[in-house]
Amino acid sequence: MTRSLRLRLATAARTVVPAGLAFLFVLAGCIPLTAIDIQIIKPLPPFAAVYYWALYRPDLLPPPVTFMVGLLVDILSGAPLGVHAATFILVHGGLRRQRRFLVGKSFLINWSGFALVAAGAFVLIWLLTSILHGAPLAAEGLVLQAGTTVAAFPLAFWLLLRCHRALVRRI
Amino acid sequence: MREKLRLDSRVVAAWKSLAQGLLYAGLVFAAVILMMLGKANGEITERIRIHVADAVAPLLDLMSRPVDAAVAAAQAVQGWQALQAQNRALTQDRERLSRWQETAYRLQAENAELRQFLHLVPDPEAHFVTARVIADSGGAFARSLVVGAGAGDGVAKGHAVITATGLVGRVAGVAARSSLVLLITDLNFRVPVVIGATRTRAILAGDNSDRPKITHLDPDTFIAVGDRIVTSGHANAFPADLPIGTIASVQDGVIRVQLFAESMPIDYVRIVDFGLQGIIQDAAASVPGKAGNTTARTAGPAPAAGRIAGRSDGRGATP
Repeated sequence: MTRSLRLRLATAARTVVPAGLAFLFVLAGCIPLTAIDIQIIKPLPPFAAVYYWALYRPDLLPPPVTFMVGLLVDILSGAPLGVHAATFILVHGGLRRQRRFLVGKSFLINWSGFALVAAGAFVLIWLLTSILHGAPLAAEGLVLQAGTTVAAFPLAFWLLLRCHRALVRRI
Repeated sequence: MREKLRLDSRVVAAWKSLAQGLLYAGLVFAAVILMMLGKANGEITERIRIHVADAVAPLLDLMSRPVDAAVAAAQAVQGWQALQAQNRALTQDRERLSRWQETAYRLQAENAELRQFLHLVPDPEAHFVTARVIADSGGAFARSLVVGAGAGDGVAKGHAVITATGLVGRVAGVAARSSLVLLITDLNFRVPVVIGATRTRAILAGDNSDRPKITHLDPDTFIAVGDRIVTSGHANAFPADLPIGTIASVQDGVIRVQLFAESMPIDYVRIVDFGLQGIIQDAAASVPGKAGNTTARTAGPAPAAGRIAGRSDGRGATP
C-alpha cells in the first residue's frame, strides 16, 4: 500500500468512524431488553460518545454531526424533536471550552466529570420536555436513565478509547 | 515583520473562535425551531419518526439478535433449575383448570342459547398479526415501541396492540415494514374503560409514569383497590372487555392503575384489527356515562386470519 493511499484511508476513517460509532450507540440504546424479567430504564449511550469526542477530539465529532446524533435520539426515543439535539450541542460546546479541566486526568476524574455533565444535561432535557408538554413531567424515569447512563460510562469509555487509539495510530 | 505575523494569527484565531461560536448558536437555534415545528404539527413528527424507524429497523433487528440469544441462553439455564418446581405447580394448575373448563363449557352453551333468544348481533371476528418488538424508547418519557410489522402485513393506524396479559397500546404510525406503537402509559394515550363488577365508566389516561390515571370518573362512585379495569368498547376505538389492569391506589383523588402488562417485559405483541373504525382522540373528548348501552357493535366483514410477521418462534399464533 502506498503512503498516500494509507493517509487517505486514515483520513476517511477519521471522518466516518467516530460518527458511525455514535450512531451505533444511538441504536444500541434502542435495543429492546425484553427478556429480562424486570423493566429497566436503559442508558443513553450516545451521550458518552458526545462527551468523549468533545473532550479529546472535537474535530472528529464536529457540531453538525453531534446535532444529527441528537436528532436521531429524538426521533427514535419519542422525545420531542430537537430536545436531545439542543442538549448534545450545548454539552459539546460547553465541554470544548472547559476541556483543560478534564483532558489527561485520571479515569475517575473523567467519570465524575461525566456524572456532573450528565446530571446537568438530564435536568435540561427534563426542562425542555416539560416546557414543550406544558406541564412538569414525572422525573423518575429521567433520573433512572441518568443513573444507568453514568453507570454504563466505563464500558462506553473503553470502547471509545480503543476506537480513538486505532484511529490515531500510524499517522 | 514578526509582530505583524503574530497579529495576523491572533486575528485569524479570533475569527475562528467567532465562527465556531456562531456554528453552535446556529445549531441550537435550529433545534429550537424543530421543537416549535414539532409542537405545532405532531402529524409530521410522527411521520418522520416512523419512517426513520422503518429505515433503521433491519439494523436494529440485527443488533438485537445477539442480545436476545444471550438472554435466551441465560433463561434456559434458569429454566432447567426451576423445572421440577414448575412441573409440580403445572400439575396442580391443570387439575384446577380442568374444573374451570367444565364451568366454561357449561357457560358457553348457556351463552349461545341466550344469544339466540336475544338475536344479538355477533362481534366482528378479529384479524391479527403477531410482531416482534424491534425497538423501544427506553422509557424515560415517551412510551412507545417499534414493532416489525407494517402496512405490508395489514397493520393500520388505530389497531389495538395486545399481549397475552392484556391491552398494551395502539398503533400510532405505520410504515412499510414496521409500526410505531403508543403504549398505554404514554402521555397522549386515552381509552374509555369500565371499572369493576359495577361497570363504572371512566377514561384511562397515561401520564408517562408506570401507572396511568383514571379520569372523568363520576365523583359519587365507589372504587376499591384491586378492582379490575377493562376496555368499555365505547367510541369504537377498541372492542369491549380487553383486560387492562387493576386499581393500584386511590390517593388524594388520584386513582392509579396497575397494568396487567406492566410486570411482563414485552417481546412479541399481537396487533389486532377488530374491524372498528373509531378514533381514540374522540374517545377522550366524549363524556363517559352518557353514551348509550351498546351491546351490539358494528359487525364488519373481517376474515378470521392469523399471520405471523417478521421473525417469530411460532409463539402467540393462537388468538
